[in-house]
Amino acid sequence: MNVKLRVWRQKNNDTEGSFADYEAKDLNPNMSFLEMLDVVNEDLTNSGGDPIAFAHDCREGICGTCSCMIDGKAHGPETGVATCQTYMRSFKDGDTITVEPFKAAAFPIIKDLVSDRQAFDKIQQAGGFISVRTGAAPDANAIPIGKDVADLAMDAASCIGCGACVAACKNSSAMLFVAAKAGQLNLLPQGQPEKDSRVLNMVASMDEAGFGNCTNQYECSAACPKLISEEFISKLNRDYMVASVKTLFKAKAL
Amino acid sequence: MILDSKIPEGPLVEKWKNHIAHGKLVNPANKRKYEIIIVGSGLAGASAAATLGELGYNVKCFSFHDSPRRAHSIAAQGGINAAKNYQNDGDSVYRLFYDTIKGGDYRSREANVYRLAEVSENIIDQCAAQGVPFAREYGGTLSNRSFGGAQVSRTFYARGQTGQQLLLGAYSSLSRQIGLGTVEMFCNQEMLELVIVDGEAKGIITRNVNTGEVQRHSAHAVVLGTGGYGNVFNLSTYARNSNATAAWRAYRKGATFANPCYTQIHPTCIPVSGDYQSKLTLMSESLRNDGRIWAPKKVGDKRQPNEIPEDERDYYLERKYPSFGNLAPRDISSRAAKEACDEGRGVGETGLGVYLDFSDAIERLGEDTIRERYGNLFDIYKEITNESAYETPMRIYPAVHYTMGGLWVDYNLMSNLPGLFVMGEANFSDHGANRLGASALMQGLADGYFVLPYTIPHYLADVPRDPAPSIDLPEFLEAENEVKERTNKLLTNNGTQSVKSFHKRLGEIMWDHCGMSRTKEGLEKAIELIPQLRAEFWKDVRVPGEGKELNQALEQAGRVIDFMELGELMCRDALAREESCGGHFRSEHQHPDGEARRDDEKFAHVAAWEFKGESEMPERHVEPLIYEETKFTTRSYK
Repeated sequence: MNVKLRVWRQKNNDTEGSFADYEAKDLNPNMSFLEMLDVVNEDLTNSGGDPIAFAHDCREGICGTCSCMIDGKAHGPETGVATCQTYMRSFKDGDTITVEPFKAAAFPIIKDLVSDRQAFDKIQQAGGFISVRTGAAPDANAIPIGKDVADLAMDAASCIGCGACVAACKNSSAMLFVAAKAGQLNLLPQGQPEKDSRVLNMVASMDEAGFGNCTNQYECSAACPKLISEEFISKLNRDYMVASVKTLFKAKAL
Repeated sequence: MILDSKIPEGPLVEKWKNHIAHGKLVNPANKRKYEIIIVGSGLAGASAAATLGELGYNVKCFSFHDSPRRAHSIAAQGGINAAKNYQNDGDSVYRLFYDTIKGGDYRSREANVYRLAEVSENIIDQCAAQGVPFAREYGGTLSNRSFGGAQVSRTFYARGQTGQQLLLGAYSSLSRQIGLGTVEMFCNQEMLELVIVDGEAKGIITRNVNTGEVQRHSAHAVVLGTGGYGNVFNLSTYARNSNATAAWRAYRKGATFANPCYTQIHPTCIPVSGDYQSKLTLMSESLRNDGRIWAPKKVGDKRQPNEIPEDERDYYLERKYPSFGNLAPRDISSRAAKEACDEGRGVGETGLGVYLDFSDAIERLGEDTIRERYGNLFDIYKEITNESAYETPMRIYPAVHYTMGGLWVDYNLMSNLPGLFVMGEANFSDHGANRLGASALMQGLADGYFVLPYTIPHYLADVPRDPAPSIDLPEFLEAENEVKERTNKLLTNNGTQSVKSFHKRLGEIMWDHCGMSRTKEGLEKAIELIPQLRAEFWKDVRVPGEGKELNQALEQAGRVIDFMELGELMCRDALAREESCGGHFRSEHQHPDGEARRDDEKFAHVAAWEFKGESEMPERHVEPLIYEETKFTTRSYK
């Protein structure tokens, strides 16, 4: 099969970008989308051009590095997959495919299709953890956790930190990411002591990084390669409200 | 060179306890005077950085990724072993130790392996406390599954994403320390050179992959947790950017490289489908709990799997290894698949595949249970092959998955270069000639959480509490220049062939001659071909773009140079090891029934190679392996 590509080319965050057209020929429908870009890059290299920079690593949908808007959709046309798990059989022979990076104010462009998502790390550093010293843990079976709770925590924990939720949101909100991260820990008994400070700090860090507000349209959840449920956003809102109210009545040190 | 393993005196079960009890310490007020560089942020790197930061050391952690959470540990699927005996099925520290020694085909250190089994229990406790959502029973206790090479259920798991969850646990601890300011994180920084001052490792040179800026960093000690070198083969289950550069640069600066020929070929991967393929995808070993592996009995049987009647199927693992069956260790299962395909009984378009069949398990347990256990793996399989494994058997074939070899380290995880420590897959120490499933995660976290934090003070306590060496020392400037010159040379080479094409050709040489089975002729051929390929690379490679920006071809070029050199060393090591053991199978050395034949008299040792200069032969040093607790037996899973 053959396809035409319109690819976003941008030297860096300080320069303007624009679309460039390429043709990808003689493709095998079982090729992954990134393997198709590999082929285009080989051709570009061999003909003296500058290959397209795109983020990728594990190529099996778990590391969260790959991040393309394909025809306006984060990670492309299929649901529940990352860009690297998108295959050419999802397109038709002769299609024109538009490829852009994940764009958001909090995700500056590094080059072409690569954007910088370190803002997510900052949010994690603000509260995405349970404070436990190495070696200070009780026996793992000392804290029983019901299977339903453990499973729900795992649903949230499956977030790969790719940023599709932000890219898919018209407001570039990171609520689904923060909801997944805080939700996992807030569900578990181990996470209870820091539950309030966790949501308050993570949300503050999210706002500081320049992510937008959530208007509950759940494009994030639809674009999420792990299909993390918007229900976690509701949980985050509840946890945030409770934590905010509790801080009003918090006992002050004498 | 004498390779002193520094294994503590005393009975095996007391060694680690005594070592801790009598080890040197650094007092809390002095810890902050020591700077430690940690390269890599996978399970080993992240857990070590978090723990050392928490202890009060000044830690600088480096990763070439945009976030520490992207390290390739994240892709491990199946699980992590620990001798908890929660299943009451007779597990113990000793049994995990014994299984690992035997699984490694008697080519690992007893003392290291025993320590690994001992601390395995703490790892599970630590991870559960961090909020790692392990699979649980309805009553709330932790669940286990079985893995290859063991007859007990000791593998803890989080769906098919155990590596992800453990790494995110370590990453959360690391994030906490970064937030507290005890660890400084350097993302997008690739280590390209090690700096040696007065014979000791005291710093690194990095390149910012986004800006091209080359930086000098100094410290009192350097720790590598930079993973394995399986991408020498080009096609593997490794992430595309996994590389051996940090370890290889250390080797070139004098650290010895141990057992490079020990590579693990994983039996259950999705077969190669075309020339364009960029990577291979693993189907977790856990699938062998319920899946049955078979090939048609008839040569060239092209019927659909469902049309082949039961009595014309060869469940070859169950036939050859009745006591372990489909859970035979990885090296053995891989070779058995290769044999079936070599006999012309392979399946799929290419004939390089066998079936992994769930129909019995689905009949026995129902599709829902199978979906619950392996749903995400079945989904991955469907995405890639467009086939549903609920309806038709999976097609699988072995692929490069892990490397047991790595930089040589002593019991304290220190290489022969003082001040250079190596953890996780990057070192050689615990898995011998074959790693058992679910043991890589265990080792990475053991090294980072519970071993290095106890052993690094042995070294630091004797290091003066002066500031780390100045980065303006000639040693640093020289190393920086080496990096800049190499980068320049690549960018101005102006040849005609892409970096990728060279990587692919190297991979083909390695897979053909240093893959699942190896021969003297084949290895000699590879040792002839690789230097030719290297010469051609330097003559004709084309690296497009500039050095002062994100340039992925340039990054890859640097890695491929090191892969080519390392590939040659792997072949030399495989050639020198005139025996078959674990993942290293020399066709000349096999029993009449095709099983590997070890030579314990001549080869019960670690082979560690020393770099002697650009065009010189590397020197092979030997560390004898002494077995006090276990006896050499021919490994049998029959």
